[in-house]
Formats: sequence, structure tokens, C-alpha cells
Amino acid sequence: MSGPMLSVENLGKSFRGLRAVNAVEFQVPRGDIVALIGPNGAGKTTTFNLIAGAFPPSDGRVTLDGADITGLDQARICRAGIGRTFQIVKPFAGLTVEENVMVGALRHDGGDVEKARKAANDILDLLELGDKALQPAQTLTLPDRKRLEVAKALATRPKLLLLDEVMAGLRPVECDRMVAILTGLNKEHGLTILLIEHVMRAVMALSDHVVVLHHGEKIAEGTPAEVTSHPKVLECYLGEDHG
Amino acid sequence: MTAANLLSDRRAILLLGLLAALAAAPLAAGDYALSILITVLLQAYLGMAWNVMMGFAGQFSLGHALYVGLGAYAGGALFAHFGTPPLVGALAGMVVSAVAGSIIGTLGFRFKVMGVYFALLTIAFAEFTRVLFDHWNWVGASSGLFLPVSHSVNDDFWNLRGSATMFYYVILGMAAAAFLFSRALLGRRIGYYWQAIREDQDAADALGIDVFRAKMVAVIISASMTSLGGLFIAFYNNNLYPESIFSMHRSIELMLGTIIGGIGTLFGPILGAVALTALGEALTVIGAHIGIDGVKQIAYGVCLMVILAFRPGGLWPWLRHRLRLDGGRR
Ligand SMILES: Nc1ncnc2c1ncn2[C@@H]1O[C@H](COP(=O)(O)OP(=O)(O)OP(=O)(O)O)[C@@H](O)[C@H]1O
Ligand SMILES: [Mg+2]
Repeated sequence: MSGPMLSVENLGKSFRGLRAVNAVEFQVPRGDIVALIGPNGAGKTTTFNLIAGAFPPSDGRVTLDGADITGLDQARICRAGIGRTFQIVKPFAGLTVEENVMVGALRHDGGDVEKARKAANDILDLLELGDKALQPAQTLTLPDRKRLEVAKALATRPKLLLLDEVMAGLRPVECDRMVAILTGLNKEHGLTILLIEHVMRAVMALSDHVVVLHHGEKIAEGTPAEVTSHPKVLECYLGEDHG
Repeated sequence: MTAANLLSDRRAILLLGLLAALAAAPLAAGDYALSILITVLLQAYLGMAWNVMMGFAGQFSLGHALYVGLGAYAGGALFAHFGTPPLVGALAGMVVSAVAGSIIGTLGFRFKVMGVYFALLTIAFAEFTRVLFDHWNWVGASSGLFLPVSHSVNDDFWNLRGSATMFYYVILGMAAAAFLFSRALLGRRIGYYWQAIREDQDAADALGIDVFRAKMVAVIISASMTSLGGLFIAFYNNNLYPESIFSMHRSIELMLGTIIGGIGTLFGPILGAVALTALGEALTVIGAHIGIDGVKQIAYGVCLMVILAFRPGGLWPWLRHRLRLDGGRR
């Protein structure tokens, strides 16, 4: 199939009076890494939630791999091929790290538990969490919990991975490791990725394309170099900083 | 890996030892001791049934007496009226309970009635059914249903007519089966889905799990298992009153052992049943010495509060740690 992996058209969401997302349009080409950036409260996580089906959009359309998925619930959208992480991590605290990842894997291979365990451990090795597999998830540090979020989403075997600030709180070295891991997933497994990120060094290193949101609207898009020199983008970031 | 195997071997040996001791118990136990053991095993069985829904899937039912009553009345009434064998009655009770559970589950889970409100919904159904049975003449209404007693000296297993020893082995078999069944459930896909839902329903949903379906399966299994406990009560007691079988008191008693023993664990319901019954009996003896009414209830309540204050996760997680059986968490 050709055409983009994800296409978002005229997407909008109102929370009571507040217009959190307004007329947002962008595409994620197959096999690309696209970054969604913008100041705090710009509507990035809300856009993710609309794509992943946490709640339905007020208006607009979301298409995954040519299929209209607008308004489907989260579980169906996951089964359609979107794996997501939560900005505020949601580990299954009482389960082990391995079991956390097995849950997503169990939808495959006819629910075979041992195959799911094997798949989970492969993913944990990839994310350098292998030696913590048997620990309860509640004992993990925040950076490890972020990695666990990625591992859980990957276990569902997504076509498109949505990552909401998985670099936040990571030290520069850890951040570079994560960049390397994501690059590997993208290059070797052809995984398409849409990520929200504040850490600009990660955005610059990873993304083919960047979409910038501000006050719920798209104000710019282009290559990393293009958007970082775009006057509107500079204005909104600097404007925030200077009050 | 080998350490884990050794550990599970040690556990298996402990379990088999316990089972052997329980199997041999009637040889040594008198009538009184046997009746206590039956109480313990029944409590453990019902606690395990409730644990599937609350402990594994995290869905709080405060009205499990409903399924006890439906199972008891289905088996009891069919036997009293038509002489239907209890195995057939058991099937009928399981079907009726599964249907009742599906109705409550559909209302609760579709309309997102959660936590305490879901618990209230389960109580409402139990109470409503109690009132219904109180006015239903075919099952004896409020004056009760009585099962015909056999005068033969031989045990008749297929009609569940016989000695306390026979009932003891029946409930021992049921408890052992419930334990193995619970263990099998936890090790399967559905068990992982339940635990994920229990820990964070939203995150489970985002992993593509059909949350509604998984919760319905939990309710249906838990309700059916509970109804078998009800059938046992009907045939063991030979009489049934809506007021007691569907009572709120029974719903609470049924979950107490599991709460004390450790919600969500496999062995907690069993340990909790032992602890609760031992406590109750000890306090009865002490109470008889002191000779003041009501001391027992108060002491019972205080003991439960002390246990939960110091071991909020229940006794089993703590004891398991003490016995160094911790390797595989449950
Ligand atoms: N469920 C909700 N109900 C009401 N308002 C919401 C809800 N979710 C988000 N909002 C509001 O929508 C706006 C956009 O929030 P959103 O979380 O999408 O921002 P963001 O770009 O992800 O910000 P950050 O970088 O801080 O994570 C904010 O004003 C927020 O308060
Ligand atoms: Mg956000």
C-alpha cells in the first residue's frame, strides 16, 4: 500500500469552553519519524489522545494506513495498529516488569503465555531493562518507567508508535541511548513513529519532519532545520520565555 | 532458574502435605472437629470464588450472597420438588448465577459504574432477590425450603445424602479444585488481562484488551463458582431461608477470609479461612469462660482491625515471606 501511515484532517477538540485542539492537519509518512513539538499546554497530548482514541474528537478525521479510525475506542485503535505511551506513565504497579510487557504481547500467537514471555524479554533486552524483568514495576525509577512504557506499547506490535515525552527526565547519556534504540526500531524494523518531545537534541537527531503546535493550532511544519528557524516558532518559544 | 524450581518444589511439597493431612483428618477428628473443618473449607472455597472477581480482576462485589442463594435454591428446590440429582441442580444454579452476574456486569461495566457504586449495585441485586424469594411460595417463601432427609445409613454421593464425613470430602474436593482452577486462571492470558485491568484499567484498554469482555468473564466465573458453594450449603444444612442465605452478613463473611488472608493471592483465601475460624472458635471458648454476651463480636472486630492495620496486604504475603517461599510472588 502507498499513502501515509497516519493522516489527521481538521482535527478539533473542545473541553467545555476551552478549545484545546483546533483544525490540526498533518501526515506521518510510512516509515518516517515525525515529531510534534510546542510549548506547554499547546495541545500535543490532547492530539495524541484523539489519535489513540482516549476520547473522541469534536471534529475532524483520523486515518490509519488508509482506514478511517475516527471515534473508535482505545482498545480498537490499538488493535488497528497504534501503540502509545502515556506522558504520565501508567505501569501495572503490582506486576513484574516482564508481566507488564507480556500483557500487550498476549494478543498475538493465540495468547500463548510462554511465547508472550519470550517476546516480552526480547523487547526488554532491546530497551535495556532485561535484568529488571522479574522486579515489580513499582520498584522502577522514573527513567526506567519511561522505558517500560515504550516496551509495553511495542509488545502490541504496532504499525505506528506514539511516544509522549519519553525522554523527559532522562540524563543526556540515557537520552542518546533512547535515540539510538528508536532509530534502530525505525531503520531495522521499519516502525513508523510519531513523538512528542521537549528535548530538542532528540528531536533534531530523530525526526524527518516536525509539526509545531501552539494554542491548539498548527503554526508551522517542515524539516527540523526549517522549523527551528521559522519566525512564528521562534516567537512562540521566546514569547513564552519572556512573558 | 534452578532456585525457582526448588522453590516451587518446596511449595508443591507443602501443598501436598497439607492435602494429605486434610484427606486423613476424618480418621482422627471427632464430630465437632469435622464440622469446624467443613466450615473452614467452605469459607476457603467461597473466598476463592470471590477472589477471582475482586482479587484477580479488581471488581468489588459486596453482594456475593446473591450467587450463594441462587445456587442453593436452584439445587435445593429442584431436589425437593423433583428429586433432581444435585449435579444437574448444580448446573442449573451455575447457569442462573451466570445470567444474574451477566446482568449486573452489563449494567455496571457498560454504564461505567465503578468501585463503590458497583459494589452498591451488587448489594441492591442481592437484596432485591432476597425479597423476591421471601414471597415466592414454590420455594417456601419466608418460612423456608426443606430438603428431604434420607434414612439410609449408607452415604449416597450422587444425591448428596449422607454423613458429615462425606460432606467433608465433597468440600475438600471442591476447595482443592477451586485452588487448582484459580492457579490455572492466573497463569493464562485471561489472568494477565484481569491483573492488568485491576492495576490500571485505562492502560489495559490502551494495550488493546477488550476490558468489558474480560470483566464479564471474571463475573461469570466467580458467580458460577460461588453458586456451587451455595449448593453445598443447601445439601449440608437441609434447610434454606432467604433471610439468611441472601443476607448482607453472608456477603461480608464470604470476603472476610480473603481480605485477612491476602486479596489476589492464591493461598490467601485458605489461610484467611483458617485464621478467621480459629479466631471465632477461640473467642467463643474465651467468651464462655468470661460469660459476658457480645464480648465475642467486639473482640472479633478488634482482632480483624489489628490484623489489617499491621498486615494491610493480608497474612499470606507476610507469611510467605517468612517461610521464604517468595520466589514466584504468589
Ligand atoms: N481532559 C481534559 N479536560 C479538560 N481540559 C484538558 C483536558 N486535557 C487537556 N486539557 C487542556 O487542554 C490544553 C492542552 O493540554 P495538553 O495536555 O494537550 O498540552 P500539551 O501540549 O501536551 O502540554 P505539555 O507539554 O505540558 O504536556 C491545556 O490547557 C489543558 O489544560
Ligand atoms: Mg503533554
